[in-house]
Amino acid sequence: MTAPITQPVTMAKALNEGLRKAMEADDKVVIMGEDVGKLGGVFRITDGLQKDFGEHRVIDTPLAESAIIGTAVGLAIRGYRPVCEIQFDGFVFPGFDQIVNQVAKFHNRSAGMVKMPITIRIPSGGGIGAVEHHSESVETYFAHTAGLKVVACSDPSDAYWMIQDAIADDDPVIFIEPKRLYHAGKAAIADAPTPLYQARVTRPGQHVTVAGYAGCVPTMLEAAKVAAEDGIELEVIDLRSVSPLDTPTVLESVQRTGRLIVVHEAPRSFGPGAELAARVTEEAFYSLEAPVLRVAGYDTPYPPSRLEHEWLPNLDRILDTVDRILEY
Amino acid sequence: MSEHVRAVHPEPDMVQLLTPEGQRVTHPEYSLDISDDDIAGLYRDLVLVRRIDTEAIALQRQGELGLWASLLGQEAAQIGSGRALKPHDMAFPTYREHGVAWCRDVDPLTLLGLFRGTNLGGFDPREHNFNLYTIVIGAQTLHATGYAMGIVRDGAVGTGDPQRDTAVLAFFGDGASSQGDVNEAFVWAGAANLPIVFFCQNNQWAISEPVERQSRVPLYQRALGFGFPGVRVDGNDVLACLAVTRRAMDDARSAQGPTLIEAYTYRMNPHTTNDDPRRYRLGSEAETWKLKDPIERVRAYLAREAGFGADFFADVEAESLKLAEHIRRGCRELPDPTPMSVFENVHVTMPAELRTQRDEFVDFVAEVGA
Repeated sequence: MTAPITQPVTMAKALNEGLRKAMEADDKVVIMGEDVGKLGGVFRITDGLQKDFGEHRVIDTPLAESAIIGTAVGLAIRGYRPVCEIQFDGFVFPGFDQIVNQVAKFHNRSAGMVKMPITIRIPSGGGIGAVEHHSESVETYFAHTAGLKVVACSDPSDAYWMIQDAIADDDPVIFIEPKRLYHAGKAAIADAPTPLYQARVTRPGQHVTVAGYAGCVPTMLEAAKVAAEDGIELEVIDLRSVSPLDTPTVLESVQRTGRLIVVHEAPRSFGPGAELAARVTEEAFYSLEAPVLRVAGYDTPYPPSRLEHEWLPNLDRILDTVDRILEY
Repeated sequence: MSEHVRAVHPEPDMVQLLTPEGQRVTHPEYSLDISDDDIAGLYRDLVLVRRIDTEAIALQRQGELGLWASLLGQEAAQIGSGRALKPHDMAFPTYREHGVAWCRDVDPLTLLGLFRGTNLGGFDPREHNFNLYTIVIGAQTLHATGYAMGIVRDGAVGTGDPQRDTAVLAFFGDGASSQGDVNEAFVWAGAANLPIVFFCQNNQWAISEPVERQSRVPLYQRALGFGFPGVRVDGNDVLACLAVTRRAMDDARSAQGPTLIEAYTYRMNPHTTNDDPRRYRLGSEAETWKLKDPIERVRAYLAREAGFGADFFADVEAESLKLAEHIRRGCRELPDPTPMSVFENVHVTMPAELRTQRDEFVDFVAEVGA
């Protein structure tokens, strides 16, 4: 990989630059999706790429998500490395069959002889005042599917490096992009990437471990700042990868803090928080001073946008849960 | 029920080059330049793939296979289309294209693992340019379309170099024609003028549902709406299937875009060995179709018109018996997978959690076995 960009950039720009680097690194990388060409995608993540790499490598597809994924499978069999853009989270479901039955299983069905190096980018989650089906958290469906990896970036630097690592991975990767962070601010790109499937302690602390990913990470960091004013030090872990989950990093932290809160937008029941709670209970039972608590989306359809800020794991809900976990 | 009994006479718009009685006939648009020796080769193919099918059904009845999807009645559609492929073309089958696999030099034993339960396919599609069987109805048509996109990006279409120009042959059935994936494949292939031929074996039945449940128009006519030609061919006529597929593949390789071929045929056997067609169709229907048997007409032609004698037919029969023995013995000798193998090839790089689960399983198996 070449040297990163030197100026601070938004997450949208970081992804754009990361995609560009991936395309330069391997001419088998093709980008495909709805409006990814001249328009540069509805979020402009692929801005300028078709102009520079041509219509054969940045493909404006017909409006058919199953076909975006299904043709990517065929391209992969032919030796290509497709990067599919799903325009919004809620529209991945027409492609669900191809992802779960074909992308995830093809390597296994071919007894390991065919690789499926497909990256499926999904602008995800809420917080942008969108209409229905535009704010979903779909990662749990895919984390539950053998053969897939699911990662989520939460800042420009990770976005830049993670998209390149995901594309370079020979396994299929669901790449969750928290759309409300696309233009949330600029940050510098780190000189070197954190390994793709590794969690990272974003802020050290000794009282409570707070682990989450994607759009929730900035909220977790904000909660840590506020809690610190009361003398409570939260250790914030950006999980970065939902599957595989980097359990050792979380365990190491929980063994020090004795307390774990998991934060995600995806509905609480059967979510990544439940899985992490189970693993921590199995591996660090005697370190726990309190039950693992979850701050998550509720088990409801994603609400109308005027209610989303109350519904999402916001600052108050995280701080309230910090209070609760310290009561044990 | 009786309204589903179909006319014996061929449809006027159906391409036929060899009648059920074994007479070669001409067609204004399609002709086939083929020697009698080559027709004898097709006869051999037809007989041998029917034997593969017969043996596999017997193996299922003996408990050696869990399931089998019979091709009986569809041999000509599969051999005719399969023999139109060049080695560097790519075929995307459903789970019934044993005859096409034969044309691709895939050992029949390779196909049995899926049905015996020793693997989930387990071969490299690139070895014979024949994809893994696909059980999700119609899903493979999109894989075929994507593969054709790759051919275009590789510059392997329309160059005029017969060693380079490549096309894809995508198989599906009448039932699959209702699937979204198949229609999306048509849309993409048409819009992007891809080098692909869609080969629909209309065997009249999607398990228990007659083709009338799937379509208000003859299936081949759907192609027009997607912007490429559709043609109906007598699916029990190996010469017509070869001629029509050859033309369509030539068109595809020379960048003239897709064709939909509807091979009009009949599924003589149950959908699979688990099915009971007596619940939904009349036996007399199959009796009618027996008169149009894809093998008998070639045999009649060779014997009556081309002077092939008893020796030739005896040789094919002897070869068929040898193949049967290969399948019977080979099937029983297919290695059982080891329990630990389920953890392999889930990913290219095994995640730590899966390694933990595997190790637990290994320990458990060792403990129980001890």
